[in-house]
Order: sequence, then C-alpha cells, then structure tokens
Amino acid sequence: MEIKIRKNILEKNLTEAEKNRHFFREKNLFVLNMMSSPGSGKTQTLCRTLEQLMPDIQVGVIVGDICTTNDADRLAETGAKVTQINTDQFGGDCHLSAPMIDTAARKLGCDDLDLLIVENIGNLVCPAEFDIGENARVVVLSVTEGEDKPLKYPLMFQVSDAAILNKVDLLPYLDFDAPLAVENMKKVHPGMPVFELSAKTGQGFDPWLTWLRQQL
Amino acid sequence: MHEMGIAQELVRIALEALPQDLKDPKVASLNLRIGKLSSVVPHSLTFCFEIITKDTPLEHARLNIETVPVVIRCDTCGRQWEAETPVFRCPDCELGQVRLISGREIDIDSLTLLD
Ligand SMILES: Nc1nc2c(ncn2[C@@H]2O[C@H](COP(=O)(O)OP(=O)(O)OP(=O)(O)O)[C@@H](O)[C@H]2O)c(=O)[nH]1
Ligand SMILES: [Mg+2]
Repeated sequence: MEIKIRKNILEKNLTEAEKNRHFFREKNLFVLNMMSSPGSGKTQTLCRTLEQLMPDIQVGVIVGDICTTNDADRLAETGAKVTQINTDQFGGDCHLSAPMIDTAARKLGCDDLDLLIVENIGNLVCPAEFDIGENARVVVLSVTEGEDKPLKYPLMFQVSDAAILNKVDLLPYLDFDAPLAVENMKKVHPGMPVFELSAKTGQGFDPWLTWLRQQL
Repeated sequence: MHEMGIAQELVRIALEALPQDLKDPKVASLNLRIGKLSSVVPHSLTFCFEIITKDTPLEHARLNIETVPVVIRCDTCGRQWEAETPVFRCPDCELGQVRLISGREIDIDSLTLLD
C-alpha cells in the first residue's frame, strides 16, 4: 500500500523561517544573512561595515560559530549589539537554522534596531540550504580561495543576492584572476552585484555600503 | 554535512504519516525527490537513515531517491532549459534574469507499506 505524503523534508525549518520573517516585518527590521567558507573575512567585513553605518543606522549582529566567542568580542567593539550562537550546544551544526535565529533575536532585543546582520557558520554548503527568515543573503569569497569556487558551490552563489570578493589587497601577491572569479559568480547567478573590496584596507568599500543602505 | 538532521526530519514525517490503526506497520520504502542543486548527498542520507531507524517501523525501508534535474527559466526572454553544468546564464540573451524552476527539492513524495 502506498501512502502519499508530498512534503518538503525541511518543512519545519521553513515554517519557523516564515514566522521569523513575520516577526522581523513587524519590528520593521531588515535582516541580512552573511555566508562564506571559514576565514573569508565575514567578521572583518562586518566590523568595518558597522563602523561606517553606526550610529545613523542601528545594527544588531547574531554571530554563529561552532565554538568560541572571538567573533562576538571583535564585533562588540564597534558598539553594535551582538549575540553569539555556539552550535556545539545544538550538536555542532554546520549552519544556523530558523529556530536558533528566533531564540537569538529575542535574546538580542530588536526593538531599537534598523538592521540585523547574521554572520552564519563558516561553510559554503549547508547555510545555503536553510532559510532563517532573512530579507537578503550575501556571500563572501576571498581571493585566496580560488576562482572556481562559485562553480563548485553553485547553490550558495545562486541563492545569494549579492557577493563580496574580499581581500583584494592581497592580489599583487597572488596568481588569482579576479575578473575570472567575478565571471564565474555571474555564470551561476547572472545579474548578481559583486563588490570587490578589502575589509583590511577599506579599498572598494563604498559601493558595498551604498548597496546595503539601499536595501533598508 | 547535515544529512543526519535531514534523516531525522524524514523519519519524523514518515512516522507521522503512518496510519494510527495499523498494528505493527512495516515500511518497505520511502520515495524521495532530491534536486541536483540541493546539498543532500544520497549516499550519506541513506547511511544516516539506516543508523537511526533500527527497531522502528522504518527499519530496512529502502530509500528510493529520484534525482530532479536543474531547470532554469529566463524571465527576460522566456526560454526554459535543463542545466547540465552550474552555468545558469541564459544562452539566448546572456544578461537575462534567470530563475530556478526545479533542482532544489528535498521532498518526500510517498511511502510504501509492506503488506
Ligand atoms: N589581507 C587581508 N586579510 C583579511 C581581510 N579580511 C579578513 N582578513 C583576515 O582573514 C582572517 C579571517 O577573517 P575573519 O573576518 O575572521 O573571517 P570569517 O569569515 O569571519 O571567519 P569565520 O567566522 O571563522 O568563518 C583574519 O586573520 C583577518 O584578519 C582582507 O581584506 N585582507
Ligand atoms: Mg567570523
């Protein structure tokens, strides 16, 4: 006997993500999900972004890591409200899920915020699969990772609304072909804006900040 | 990498779908549809599923996994095609806005009971 089910296996997360989206809309809050492989520069990019946006725009950050509060400590120095999720308490997950964001957002308190940025766990695969109720997704790729990454991890680049190519200050020392990397991103996601910048020196930061301000 | 979590959700949904009035139901197979662009590796999913279904009605159930192709549609010119490689740019109008029609499925379609 066959029993029809017809369900998305991730339906529980999707339902929770919709609830989050509703909660964020009520708070008039724009939520950005920032993703990349470990060490591409999410925290560094965020630190500089927060320095530029605050205090005109009130930003809160939820940062996910399997372990440690290093990133939360660095981000808190900018004056932004920061809360950390360590997924080892949840079984060492490789991504943040919608229920974790719900808990973290309530802990952070969203009433006085204009923008909530979620720094996801360093991983180019899993976070792309899990809706957390965000309004936009940004993927960070750094110039030391190889030009082919968009083609190897197409889902991540396909679901992102914008991409950052970080650490361009290192280009003189590498054989990295930046135009090819950008071309590969656009093959996977035609029309996606790509911001080539250095979170270390601040080079190329203005177009990124302009894009971000336009989203709010 | 998150196949264990997906296997757990799959088991929860399958157990909920079992008729309440059946005594000692045994599931022969679960029929899944997994998109080529989804990050689920069928082999790991099957591995996790086997581990967590010991001593449940799902023990020894087969996972029939249908792979769903990546289908892209260009909203600018209306062309729709199946992408064999992760190049999703419209072959006709290059800059067209494209949309995924299928390829991200992580679905359970049905289950079959052992009679
Ligand atoms: N040269 C250079 N180094 C950078 C740049 N951005 C980040 N880094 C360095 O790269 C390393 C990783 O940066 P993080 O900001 O911690 O990266 P992340 O993506 O937050 O890392 P995880 O949260 O662990 O996944 C640090 O040593 C940074 O100082 C950049 O633009 N140029
Ligand atoms: Mg970080």
